[in-house]
Amino acid sequence: MKKLMKGNEAIAEAAVRGGCRAFFGYPITPQNEIPEYLSKRLPEVGGCFIQAESEVAAINMVYGAAGSGARAMTSSSSPGISLKQEGISYICGAELPCVIVNMVRGGPGLGGIQPAQSDYFQAVKGGGHGDYHMLVYGPNTVQEAVDIMYDAFDKADKYRMPVMILGDGMIGQIMEAVELPEMKDPAAFPKKEWATDGTGVGASRRIINSLYIEPDVLEKVNHRLFDRYKELEENELRYEEYLVEDAEIVIVAYGTVARISKSAVNALREKGIKAGLLRPITLYPFPAKAIAKVAAEANVKKFVAVELSMGQMIEDVKLAVNGAKPVEFYGRTGGNVMTPEDIVEFVEKEVK
Amino acid sequence: MEEKIIIAGFGGQGVLSLGQFIAYAAIADGKEVTWLPSYGPEMRGGTSNCSVVVCDKQVASPIVAHPDCLIAMNKPSLYKFSDKVKAGGTIIVNSSLIPDKVERTDVKVVYIDAASLAMEAGNARTANIVVLGAYIGMSNLFPKETVKKMIEAKFANKPKVIPANLKAFELGYATAAK
Repeated sequence: MKKLMKGNEAIAEAAVRGGCRAFFGYPITPQNEIPEYLSKRLPEVGGCFIQAESEVAAINMVYGAAGSGARAMTSSSSPGISLKQEGISYICGAELPCVIVNMVRGGPGLGGIQPAQSDYFQAVKGGGHGDYHMLVYGPNTVQEAVDIMYDAFDKADKYRMPVMILGDGMIGQIMEAVELPEMKDPAAFPKKEWATDGTGVGASRRIINSLYIEPDVLEKVNHRLFDRYKELEENELRYEEYLVEDAEIVIVAYGTVARISKSAVNALREKGIKAGLLRPITLYPFPAKAIAKVAAEANVKKFVAVELSMGQMIEDVKLAVNGAKPVEFYGRTGGNVMTPEDIVEFVEKEVK
Repeated sequence: MEEKIIIAGFGGQGVLSLGQFIAYAAIADGKEVTWLPSYGPEMRGGTSNCSVVVCDKQVASPIVAHPDCLIAMNKPSLYKFSDKVKAGGTIIVNSSLIPDKVERTDVKVVYIDAASLAMEAGNARTANIVVLGAYIGMSNLFPKETVKKMIEAKFANKPKVIPANLKAFELGYATAAK
């Protein structure tokens, strides 16, 4: 039976069903329904909910809980995610699994509270210091967000790295019908042989740390991390193509903007303009090969990156297209959201 | 089919819940739906609106630039959105708070005295349900009985208010279905 749920609440419930038993956060609009929901829900399943004294404290609590083997998460919005960057870098350095949700709002600074995608660089290029990435998803519907959240801890555990769900104010606030999956059984989760849960003693003692003073050792750590990113690309890469096959104009967009773009593609087709949409679902790894393949098609004349920013993902699109075809940009920012009609108008001008 | 609706008014008028009722009715009727609220530093007395898109397949854009129907619960909302309604679309005007007449001639306009009808239903707080009734009566988007069952289900934890809400729905429905 499908249920009408707000994005934030649906993600929170999916987290619990996916095995989340520890949440640490600090309030910020537009993601407050996640902690609000979990503050009631986690105690029901024997989990732990803490409203920390700050975002910095919250991410370090995640660090600690993840180190002890718990399925731990935090959620925030842009300014709060900036505060968490040091902790995220440490968690990546210590090779710990966790889930981080960012319901992006306009920036820089405190910015506004309306939807934005201006944290793309921060999410996919490594917002903190050092050579690292996370598995980053940009869901476009509440159902997709639920499905991604439900499996996020499995992926995080498998690759021993944080999974980030990069939403925006819209996906957090929108209500849609969702099918909630069954509760996963925590007893069936794989054992974490590295966790500092009190079982490793003496010679088998376990240490969780991100400090490697020896250059050779740290270099090995960096290579190990990047081997895993290669695995991500082989196993976890996801994207969707819509009417790309015969398209002359290919829009590249992710998250809720991809839905708005889909309506624009439909409207453009009605006007006789052969538009298509390529929607990255994983933002890291990025579907560069898929874009390069499309760029090589003779029918494709131009790409348009559509984003709620001044142009961030477009850089990855350009790297993928590698000069084969022109890549144009259409974006709104500051918390303003484009309508399908805005995109149609932009594309019409581009094809003239 | 695809029906795009903007519902706007003062915070506290039940604008967001009116949109949610339409969304719940859509689900009950087997349709796909998105409900997107304006969110911000808003409070009772401030302005508030939501966009609802009902579709027989998955909704693409939840953002509505040109609605098929505008439900204006107060005067600022009518002036903010009335020009955006599609030609041939509908505007439902809460005439209890909006004395003005809609100047456009290319849209259907339904005036409904929501406050008086809500009083007649026995509960002043049912004005948004009166308007829900008017919208369903005018659009025939969902069967009347589906919506009434949904109202009963939504107020299941407050059974005392169900009769007034059902009456409010009927009064609104009858006004618009004329």
